[in-house]
Amino acid sequence: MSQSITAAHAPLLRIARREGATLPQKIAVRAGAILLALVVDALFIFFVTGLNPLAVYGVMWGGTFGTSVRFSWMLRDLSILLCVGIALAPAFKMRFWNCGGEGQILIGGLAAALIMVYQGNNLPAPALFAAMALGSIAAGALWGFVPAWFKSRWGTNETLFTLMMNYVATSIVACMTNIMRGQASSLGTLNKATKAGWFPIVLGQRYTINIIVVIVLTFLMYAYLKYSKQGYEISVVGESQNTARYAGINVRKVTIRTMLISGAVCGLCGFLIVAGKDQTISTTSAGGRGFTAIIVAWLAKFNTFYMALISFLLVFLERGASEIASAYSLNEYAADIITGVILFFILGSEFFINYRVILRGANKEGK
Amino acid sequence: MKKLLGILLSAAMVFSLAACGATAATSQSAADTGAATAEGAAANAAPDVKVGAILLGDETEGYTAAHINGIKEAAAELGMSEDQIIWKYKVPESADCADAAEDLVGQGCNLIISNSYGHQTYMVEEAEKYPDVTFVAMTGDFAAISGLDNFCNAFTSVYQSRYVSGVVAGMKVKELVESGTLTPETQPDSFDADGKVKIGYVGAYNYAEVVSGYTAFFLGVQSVYPDVTMEVMYTNSWFDIDKEGAAAEALIANGAVIIGQHADSTGAPAATQKLKDSGKICYSIGYNIDMLATAPTAALTSSTNVWSVCYKEMFEAAQNGSVAQDWCKGYEDGAVAITDLGPECAEGTADKVAEVEAALKDGSLQVFDTSKFTVDGAAVTSAPIDLTFYDFSTGSPVAVYQGETKEAISDGYFHESELRAAPYFALRIDGIVEDAEPVA
Repeated sequence: MSQSITAAHAPLLRIARREGATLPQKIAVRAGAILLALVVDALFIFFVTGLNPLAVYGVMWGGTFGTSVRFSWMLRDLSILLCVGIALAPAFKMRFWNCGGEGQILIGGLAAALIMVYQGNNLPAPALFAAMALGSIAAGALWGFVPAWFKSRWGTNETLFTLMMNYVATSIVACMTNIMRGQASSLGTLNKATKAGWFPIVLGQRYTINIIVVIVLTFLMYAYLKYSKQGYEISVVGESQNTARYAGINVRKVTIRTMLISGAVCGLCGFLIVAGKDQTISTTSAGGRGFTAIIVAWLAKFNTFYMALISFLLVFLERGASEIASAYSLNEYAADIITGVILFFILGSEFFINYRVILRGANKEGK
Repeated sequence: MKKLLGILLSAAMVFSLAACGATAATSQSAADTGAATAEGAAANAAPDVKVGAILLGDETEGYTAAHINGIKEAAAELGMSEDQIIWKYKVPESADCADAAEDLVGQGCNLIISNSYGHQTYMVEEAEKYPDVTFVAMTGDFAAISGLDNFCNAFTSVYQSRYVSGVVAGMKVKELVESGTLTPETQPDSFDADGKVKIGYVGAYNYAEVVSGYTAFFLGVQSVYPDVTMEVMYTNSWFDIDKEGAAAEALIANGAVIIGQHADSTGAPAATQKLKDSGKICYSIGYNIDMLATAPTAALTSSTNVWSVCYKEMFEAAQNGSVAQDWCKGYEDGAVAITDLGPECAEGTADKVAEVEAALKDGSLQVFDTSKFTVDGAAVTSAPIDLTFYDFSTGSPVAVYQGETKEAISDGYFHESELRAAPYFALRIDGIVEDAEPVA
């Protein structure tokens, strides 16, 4: 009683920053979140759809692990999403809000597609692939350069600028695909007759090369951000531009250089999508990954290996949802609710890793 | 305290959102159960076939819904069980289609169907990979020249049912004019300088499939009331409620009294009903599904495909691995039809429809009779059709699958859907005007 009187003005709930949660703590919070999510989902599945939750979870698991082919598709989708995440990481670490991943991928993919279509019969395969890769890297880098230059020059808002560049890229792609489809009703795969510019089949799949390229990029970007001088400059600019200036770092130069890299890797991703995955280009080739990858990069705190884990989780959920929809003839929205709940709890668990909730009257020492 | 309030508020929002989602999903699952019981009855000699269905949309989109119902009806008639069909919904015309097909092969399907035109280039690649599985790209156009025995196309002679729906519309126009309801005084915009009655058509794209359809519709109208002229407006989309509605409104504003359609939504009938209620004289002819729920008094009828006829034959044939490579059937086999006649159809329409349908069935009536239309004022005597499948992306057409060029006109009519299942009638006949610009 006396305690409640002394604590009369203390709030019911207090939120305090948690300093340096240990690894077991982090794992425990995340496992708890997933467990809780599965329980909430089970209630939803049972009461709304009338299905057996365990069976539904089994189907969801099977979406990725059901067959070896599905597993390899998971790797393919993961590698593309991770590639975009890798591209966005340096920009976001620099606190440059590059929301233009979508456009940078599309314009890179379009460059690859155009070279593939118009030079497919003229260049030998190695030269064609080199031209496609360089073309898409250059196009993506240009799409990253423009907003960075305007920002460093006139202090324009990069979030709006990069978003606008997405619309420009989408419209250019829509226009070009309309021209290329000619009298056909849809574009379909490019170079159907010659298969020029399609990655060769390695280990049974065309996208094996994609996976290899992204693995290499994962290591390279990790090393670049963590060990290189440029990576250090990025983190200083991200923490405080004034500190960076005081330390003699040319902020304008770093901003532009980093966005060139970010855009270039996005462009390269467009090339991988066109040559190794879709063999065509459309306005939906990027498929929202330019935005999803922001979650990937941010949640992993720009550690490319954690990014691989987050990408896996997102792809696993996406494949699981579409498998649930197909297996039970459920409306896709119902399946999306199920995966959405899981994602919600996992994102929410980040809060409990970084903060503690203290109830009124709880241990005052707060150990 | 503010924080607590914030937490409670956001929690309330989350729960109210969840509640909305829940009601929608409940009605959904109820609908599913209904469908399941309807196809419950099982006979003994069901075909031993496992079907994979790759669908562009889901049950909420008319064109795909018609395919879903067709597959379910065919399966129920043959006594096939539910686990003999695996569904893949909302598969776009992209590499996702190849994924879906490959996954269905992995699940043991031996007959894989895709329902949209743009799926075919992905389906044919899978057909190359898996020669033991039959792949059917519905509405596709190069199976016969692909050189693959296990890759097939199928379509219906839907132009026949469009002709019949045109007859229904023609009867209405005739009644409107003869009863004095529609005169240059009551609705002056609806007559052109020569006194011809204006009608309109909402088309998706300017492809042969649409041209063939609207020409058949127009000829159907003309067979009853010859003094008509038709304006065609494109939406550049197969499914866009807003654009289809806007196109219908624009056509009616230009004077059209009948709005036909080759696009998949209910946008045009809904717009027509709205304008009819506001005092305009205008009626709608739909497509795929009965439009009476959308337009109770404005809808006259809709032309439809009876996909169950197609699928039933396909499932039976798949058991022996002998699916027809280029399947196309029409009225003769019940593969096309028109939906129930609306309440405002002209008197005697049902009898006239029965008469026309009978003539189409016994072959005494041909839709594209060359004595019934002209191009640039002259009768057409020759229409060579190049069946080659081209890749246009480099600017000059590259033949992907080489086909022959065949003559489509003989015995006094244009033989639609006989050289191949997919429509190829693309002549622009006199009396029809296509708008150059699609609807905004």
